[in-house]
Amino acid sequence: MSTELRPVAGGNVGMGTEYLEVRGLTVEFDGFKAVDGVDLTLFQGDLRFLIGPNGAGKTTVIDAITGLVPGTGSVSKSGVELLGKKVHRIARLGVGRTFQTASVFEKLTVLQNLDIAAGADRSWRTLLRRRAGVLPAIDEALTTIGLTALADRPAGVLAHGQKQWLEIGMLLVQNADVLLLDEPVAGMSAEEREETGNLLRRIGAERTVVVVEHDMDFMRAFATSVTVLARGQVIAEGTVAEVQANPKVQEVYLGTAAASGIEDTP
Amino acid sequence: MRNLLGRWQTWAGFGAAAVLLFGLAPVVLSEFRLGMFAKFLCFAIVAVGIGLAWGRGGMLVLGQGVFFGLGGYMMAMHLKIADAQLRGDAVPDFMQIAGIRVLPGYWAPFASPLFTLLAILIVPTAIAAALGFGVFKRRVKGAYFAILSQALAAALAILLVGQTSLGGSNGLNRFQTFFGFTLNDPANRRMLYFIAAGVLLAVLAIARQLMASRYGELLVAVRDGEERVRFLGYDPANIKVVAYSVAALFAAIAGALFAPIVGFIAPSQIGILPSIAFLIGVAIGGRTTLLGPALGAIGIAWAQTLFSERFPSEWTYAQGLLFIIVVGFFPAGLAGLGALFTRRRRAQRPAAAPDPVPDPEPAPETAGARL
Repeated sequence: MSTELRPVAGGNVGMGTEYLEVRGLTVEFDGFKAVDGVDLTLFQGDLRFLIGPNGAGKTTVIDAITGLVPGTGSVSKSGVELLGKKVHRIARLGVGRTFQTASVFEKLTVLQNLDIAAGADRSWRTLLRRRAGVLPAIDEALTTIGLTALADRPAGVLAHGQKQWLEIGMLLVQNADVLLLDEPVAGMSAEEREETGNLLRRIGAERTVVVVEHDMDFMRAFATSVTVLARGQVIAEGTVAEVQANPKVQEVYLGTAAASGIEDTP
Repeated sequence: MRNLLGRWQTWAGFGAAAVLLFGLAPVVLSEFRLGMFAKFLCFAIVAVGIGLAWGRGGMLVLGQGVFFGLGGYMMAMHLKIADAQLRGDAVPDFMQIAGIRVLPGYWAPFASPLFTLLAILIVPTAIAAALGFGVFKRRVKGAYFAILSQALAAALAILLVGQTSLGGSNGLNRFQTFFGFTLNDPANRRMLYFIAAGVLLAVLAIARQLMASRYGELLVAVRDGEERVRFLGYDPANIKVVAYSVAALFAAIAGALFAPIVGFIAPSQIGILPSIAFLIGVAIGGRTTLLGPALGAIGIAWAQTLFSERFPSEWTYAQGLLFIIVVGFFPAGLAGLGALFTRRRRAQRPAAAPDPVPDPEPAPETAGARL
């Protein structure tokens, strides 16, 4: 048994652990099915990438799981049904997400951002008092995302990549065990992508992480399993190699992904 | 260390304000001006609440006249009943003229001073909370919330104009006594000023605690990213309701002080125009700061009396222009300008604060693991 826990395809802890099970998820906008009967099974310790051409419904799947848009079917997290619950209730059940554009609270400091993320279950008495000291979990998250030195800076002055890391840090202190990340490396430099990938590996070992991504190199480097969506439906699922060899996937990606296409393996 | 310094600064600030309000103002101001200053303090109390709800919470409260009016009318009703009882009459003077012989049922409880004071504290706050839950849970915000709150102020003003048993458009006026003290006595009017000054300091202390607390940080987060806060597991409606209710409470207390200090409360004090006038001072002073709204409200009210005595019509235009300039070009208000200057001065001193060194790479084995 290796001492270092890493994300692997199918999860690294076997059955009976935290899981997210999506069955027949369908999201309709005025008769148009943006997501059409999607099934996903995600186990703890699996670093799952959700890929597909533009308009495939990747972000809508995340929106439906987190309660932002209404969907039909079933989404259950370790046996608890999420569909139909309010956004903040789903968040409290341990499902966290980030957005395509970093949406940290720019006027607040890095530390304040994290403190708010960590405090959804605080009582009014605690809320009405001043923040005193730094919670150990926040200190740890600061180390994980590498922003300890910038803790007292307003989040608005952070670099683009740092903002995305802060978002991930907020998910960590929020105590989310299902993390849904929407294009976390969009607009990042190569170096920042590398660091983000390593960060995802570190945190993905003990959580369920789903990454929506367009960057195929990034996906190839860090995914343990991949789900391919097209026109709202799952067309392939498996390891990176399996998905790349799938003719359906090649057909969907032919021409649409051009330079970063899935089949031009380096 | 920084904390200790901050605490010392706070006490010094409150001390200076107390000396100014309780020591200096009564000495240098004539009796007439002190009465006017007391009125301005009432506006400042409303402004502190608006600063919290609008500046920190992002709720454009265009209808604070509603709560100001509720507080003012409830206090005025008690004063009128008390005056009538002193004269041995069954109903207040204006009702006798209107031909009302029996005290209307909803007036009766306000004969009790304790009931009146509790009602002033509880009724507007409860109404704001109920309204806030209804509105914020349905995610009504921005301009829609502003229009809604303004419509409410208009509706209450129109409703009151039609109520003969509340003095109609004249409102309630000519109060003789305030909880047993005759209002003709300059010493008692001075006491009212001291009460207003004390309340303003108390309200500032409460607002300060709210702004500095975790709740205050959360309120700013809700203002800047309401949806994001939802995804962190909070219901933003609850956070907003608290700030809105506190602002309503402050406005009600200010209204209750306004009535005896100025000597009347009328629908003209609570409609759309006065509700907007409350905002102007807050915007000019700096809505996101603690002191900006209060100082702005006092400054605007003071300027209004000063200039409108000489140029009654021009002042309205000047006030409108000032509002447009501030909101358009200095959204942070005068307080924001002050902050800008200190930042400039700091920037001129080189190497004041070196950039923090970025973190070294965290150890992959330990970092991020959940313990």
